[in-house]
Amino acid sequence: MSELKNTSHLKQLENEGIYIMREVAAQFERPVLLFSGGKDSIVMFHLALKAFHPGRIPFPLMHVDTGHNFKETIEFRDKLVKKYDVDLIIGSVQDSIDEGKVEEETGPDASRNALQTVTLLDTLKKHQVDAALGGGRRDEEKARAKERFFSHRDVFGQWDPKNQRPELWNLYNGRKSQGENFRVFPLSNWTEMDVWQYIAQENIDIPSLYFAHDRKVFDRRGVWLADTEFVNRMDEEKLVTKTVRFRTIGDATCTGAVLSEASDLEEIIQEVASARETERGTRHDDKRSETAMEDRKRQGYF
Amino acid sequence: MSQQIEENAYLNMDLLRFTTAGSVDDGKSTLIGRLLYDSKSIFQDQMEAIEKSSKSSGEEEVNLALLTDGLKAEREQKITIDVAYRYFATPKRKFIIADTPGHTQYTRNMVTGASTADLAIILVDASKGLLTQSRRHAFISSLLRIPHLVVAVNKMDLVDYDEKVFDEIVADFRNFAKKLNVTDISYIPISALKGDNVVEKSERTDWYKGSTLLHHLETVKVDAGKNVVDFRLPVQYVIRPNQNFRGFAGQVSSGHVRPGDEVTILPSGLSTKVKEIVTRDGNLEAAFTGDSVTLTMEDEIDISRGDMIVRKNNVPTIRNNFEAYLCWMNEKSLEPGKQYLIKQTTQTAKVFIDDILYRINVDSLSREDANKLELNEIGRVKIQASKPIFFDPYQINQRTGSFIIIDPATNVTVGAGMIRAGSTTDGKKSRGSIRKKSPNVVWEPWNIPREEREERNGHKAKLLWFTGISGSGKSTIAKALEKKLWDDGKKTVLLDGDQVRHGLNGDLGFSASDRRENIRRVGEVARLFYEHGNIVLCTFVSPFNADREDLKALFPEGEFQIVHVDCSSEKAQDRDPKGLYKKAKEGEIIGLTGYDADYEIPENPTLLIDTEKLSVDEAVEECMKILS
Repeated sequence: MSELKNTSHLKQLENEGIYIMREVAAQFERPVLLFSGGKDSIVMFHLALKAFHPGRIPFPLMHVDTGHNFKETIEFRDKLVKKYDVDLIIGSVQDSIDEGKVEEETGPDASRNALQTVTLLDTLKKHQVDAALGGGRRDEEKARAKERFFSHRDVFGQWDPKNQRPELWNLYNGRKSQGENFRVFPLSNWTEMDVWQYIAQENIDIPSLYFAHDRKVFDRRGVWLADTEFVNRMDEEKLVTKTVRFRTIGDATCTGAVLSEASDLEEIIQEVASARETERGTRHDDKRSETAMEDRKRQGYF
Repeated sequence: MSQQIEENAYLNMDLLRFTTAGSVDDGKSTLIGRLLYDSKSIFQDQMEAIEKSSKSSGEEEVNLALLTDGLKAEREQKITIDVAYRYFATPKRKFIIADTPGHTQYTRNMVTGASTADLAIILVDASKGLLTQSRRHAFISSLLRIPHLVVAVNKMDLVDYDEKVFDEIVADFRNFAKKLNVTDISYIPISALKGDNVVEKSERTDWYKGSTLLHHLETVKVDAGKNVVDFRLPVQYVIRPNQNFRGFAGQVSSGHVRPGDEVTILPSGLSTKVKEIVTRDGNLEAAFTGDSVTLTMEDEIDISRGDMIVRKNNVPTIRNNFEAYLCWMNEKSLEPGKQYLIKQTTQTAKVFIDDILYRINVDSLSREDANKLELNEIGRVKIQASKPIFFDPYQINQRTGSFIIIDPATNVTVGAGMIRAGSTTDGKKSRGSIRKKSPNVVWEPWNIPREEREERNGHKAKLLWFTGISGSGKSTIAKALEKKLWDDGKKTVLLDGDQVRHGLNGDLGFSASDRRENIRRVGEVARLFYEHGNIVLCTFVSPFNADREDLKALFPEGEFQIVHVDCSSEKAQDRDPKGLYKKAKEGEIIGLTGYDADYEIPENPTLLIDTEKLSVDEAVEECMKILS
């Protein structure tokens, strides 16, 4: 018998991801899968389908909706929920604003990205969630390189980088006190390339935003932002039609498009292989300061 | 990353996890930065960010180390304080680096990084020579059973790429490594700062004929540490979508399984057969080590999380008490007698640490008395669990032999352990069972009983097990003895170490678990020949009492006869019939019994032959006496 069978890197990452999914279902009472409609959360969803086949995914999806999402993202989410008969919890940033918990930013760079941390924490609390599966990967950003698979959060949802539990072998400690919770990252060991290769290998459906298409965009400090009702465009920012695609899908106010002709998965993989910028390079929110990500993580963002 | 991706080439890529360890100033971060940079895994925006950082802290060259120093606190202190994971890929392989800090107090991070690694890079500063910290790293790598070590002698640029400096460090390390349990060590002279021998072969070290570091990482065998023999599947989760389907989900810890295989469920001890291996991509014909699968069973048996599915005739040790190496990972020291929780495979149990047998001084490797273990200390302990734990010794099976300790008051992971064996306090034998049978096994009788074969052959079946260090004369005596028996018209078989290693056991290496499996298989084969009425002569170094003891159980009482072929190690090295000692002296092989690995002298051999006193003919005569 061949022991070489199934040892490709994608198979190993899949095996690990499925293992994490099952640990979460077994160790926690009210887990959720954080679903943004982005490729990482879609891959995570795909792993959950595999982990519990032929059963149903034993936890709901949770989407923190800034209200500023691309319409393609929302359509994709609703189709998926229907097709696979899963429960969906929506946390709405608009509600947080209406309830006076957060204040909308103003000015041209106004974004609800920072506000969603509050909505996320409130929604987790409201549903007494004790583990939230996130699509975060360690290769995304320096602050994530030391993140655990099982990341412990205190009662305020905060992450203390100096006080994380050691993780050894495949033994994950999900024990916690009342009110504390975990963020769990089954894709920790994946890179952007792995995610794309896996999507191609498994023939996974993803939103059309990821493929090259013509769109009206404008240039803001080197980032191509899409023209949507949510962005305050300044006079000197002229609209142009470009062939673009998105490398990450987040809030429309801060997710930049890249100029690209890549219209299928193999072309995207080619493009990622030769890319000269990390995918977060197109995220306006990370550019605010060099340790922006770490600062937001401490507050409870992913 | 290659610009030219062959279609679907990535489907054939495999994965190597390695850990890097070095002292604070050994240049570890620079090396990782170099690997990422030279393998083109760094993006322009990352590069721009570190160029900016380097400039603002007043450094002249771009500080590649900044690529890996993630958190604010450590960037301020310029030391890495936690395990960081890094990723890069070449067209051949994806790599996961567990980058562990070399700072004195962070042994726990090294243990963490080492727990998932296939390979460890030990960095040595060429200008400083082999320091205590490098020794400690090597020891921890060996304790955690990382199958491959690479000693990267860094900063060769500071010593003018001098071959002598490199050779001295290699000799020092080899000398130290004799005490360790590592079989594969490579030595590479590099300069992470200048890039010599990291990705590109250096012209400044023309005396070095070996691989570059990256080439070595791309080609080293990845699954050397895997246990492919003992099937174990700890149940993670039960999938029960409806009354008609009950699936037991988990990851195969070791070995493999197929539909129809007879399995035993622990702790119930009930047996059944595997019905299907279910996945969303269709049912499988087999599941191997590492596969996350769902099994269904032929019979309705109550199985839940924490149970373990194992092969029917091959069950792990089941014990409440056992001994382990324990690394303490918390500021609050280990208190013997206090109640903790243990998490091992998918089960959790209450435990007490009964006793700290000793603490290991990780710098001198000596044993010290201790009544507690502090943060970053490693000790050998006795553990008492509230319920039976199913385990294999860590050296044989890392997945079923490892555990973490949790403090129930804080829920924090405070310790990490590697099970050595069942505890010996109650006087029972303390080894993992290589052939522990379920009570339900029915042995099918031989078609023609041995007694009838013996009658036709005109002589009794016999078994002589020749043990002794390489060069002691085992094979020479056994061959002469077999010739004599043949001439006398006896039915004989000679099983020789080198022969079986070419065929039957060609898949095994020289790790402790492989050596043990080697002997186990030979024992089973010898038994088959024995049952067929032969006089079986086996010549194997077989250095361990425990392995020889296990063989005894395969044969009728008193029929497993040990012949200890003995001579001084000087004499054996002098003879050196296979040139093994020469290779060992030159460092080409390590772990040679009688040279740098221990040989346990048999306690009560049937026959002791001192080949410095007896001639071959005299020795054969002595053997004939016990055969008659």
